Amino acid sequence: MNEFEAYNGEVIRIRDLYKSFGDLHVLRGVNLDVYNKENVVVLGRSGTGKSVLIKLISGLLTPDSGSVKVFGQEVHNLNKEQLRKLRLQIGFSFQNSALYDSMTVKENLAFPLVRNAKHLSRKQIQMEIESVLDDVGLLQTINQMPAELSGGQRKRVGIARTLILHPKIMLYDEPTSGLDPITSIEINKLINHVKHKFNTTSIIITHDLTCAKATGDRVAMLYDGKFIKQGTFDEVFASDDERIKHFYEYNFIQ
Amino acid sequence: MQNCYFSKTNCHKAKTMSLKTPEKYLITKRIDEFFVGIYSAFAFVTRFFKEVFKPPYEFKEIIRQCYQVGYKSLFLITLTGFITGLVFTKQSRPSLSEFGAQSWLPSLVAIAIVRALAPLVTALICAGKVGSNMGAELGSMKVTEQIDAMEVSAVHPFKFLVVSRVLATTIMIPMLMCFTGFVAMMGAYLNVHQNEMTSLTLFFQNAFAKISFLDIFSSLVKSIVYGFTIGMVGCYKGYHAKNGTEGVGRAANSAVVLSMFLIFVEEILIVQVTNHIRYM
Repeated sequence: MNEFEAYNGEVIRIRDLYKSFGDLHVLRGVNLDVYNKENVVVLGRSGTGKSVLIKLISGLLTPDSGSVKVFGQEVHNLNKEQLRKLRLQIGFSFQNSALYDSMTVKENLAFPLVRNAKHLSRKQIQMEIESVLDDVGLLQTINQMPAELSGGQRKRVGIARTLILHPKIMLYDEPTSGLDPITSIEINKLINHVKHKFNTTSIIITHDLTCAKATGDRVAMLYDGKFIKQGTFDEVFASDDERIKHFYEYNFIQ
Repeated sequence: MQNCYFSKTNCHKAKTMSLKTPEKYLITKRIDEFFVGIYSAFAFVTRFFKEVFKPPYEFKEIIRQCYQVGYKSLFLITLTGFITGLVFTKQSRPSLSEFGAQSWLPSLVAIAIVRALAPLVTALICAGKVGSNMGAELGSMKVTEQIDAMEVSAVHPFKFLVVSRVLATTIMIPMLMCFTGFVAMMGAYLNVHQNEMTSLTLFFQNAFAKISFLDIFSSLVKSIVYGFTIGMVGCYKGYHAKNGTEGVGRAANSAVVLSMFLIFVEEILIVQVTNHIRYM
């Protein structure tokens, strides 16, 4: 059991987080706790800082002030090696999948594995890749280039690439954006499958209420750089808050 | 109501509630950005020297990049080098003929090719072909979050993408320069042979009679510097691309423009230093 598996508190703990880009204040005092094996959905309009939040958690961005603790470690105080170790525990599924265009699906999956699990033989790497691709239902695409895949397949390969390192935390950035309703449902099922099979704690960034309801144990509504309501899906949308009501209505108008 | 996401009162509130505060600049926005750019470029170069000696080494990627830079530029380099040598000889002939000095043609051409044309032509061709390719490739990786994806999967993107490419250009451009020089000399020989029926041995004997070790050494140093510049500028521009596909185009374009500008500046400086040593 490693130090991350042994950790017993909140997996992610965010306090008074502020982030600006130039003169634009994106996050203005965000507080959030995410517990072990919990799926938390962060809902909000485009441009409210949802993606910025998970980039701060993974250490891709640095906050102006505030605290982001993952497994009890302050992300922005870690040195390079500590951050590398922590990142091995975090899987990040990007909005546009961010597959490496010049590599096949197999090479995409092998890329992080070869560099982070040097003890594995070629055969073990091949087996690992096949097993993860099978999990996302795309074993047949193993030798294809990313350009040959559909949007939904790219998302699933992107998720497979993060799963190959067996992360403890999954961060999904708009997993269903740009997908048709049926493919979106498949992605929602995959997110739940990942949670149960890999025992992950997840943050799902979305503005899709169907995705939020299907995948979230808890929903947090981000508005003007702050969380205005947290709770189960039904609790949040039973609220009298005008901003939440209109977000709900707007989704159905869409 | 349907046009506005909020209720009437909240819609008004959302419009009036400002999430922006005016930013303060030390001098003006553009001058500040200029100095920040210089600092950022300096930090990028410093980071390269810090990373290049640290393991893990991406040997496979360095070899792949050497292949991309070297082998894939070979056709263009051959064509340009050959034509440069041929045309330069053809154009120089009438002026030398006026003084009956055609026999000086091989050494004149050799001096021009070894001292200036071979390194400069190779560097300018590679700045256009390789520099723009690096700017565009890394730029598109940046805007599609592929570089971020490497970082979050605990892989070192700087080492994999930048160090390997800069090393490849620094290694391959001197080699390409030697090849350009050879091909240009062959172009020159074709013209000399056509007019004076000179043998290849005699041509090269005459050509190298006036070439010193300093000429060859300074050309090698030049092409190493140019190779480093092309790789560095291409990677820097690509690595810092922003604003989507428009930014990718801009990164590719500015990689070519800036590396060509720097190549000319370096040419002037190295020639000054070489001449100083030569006449010491």
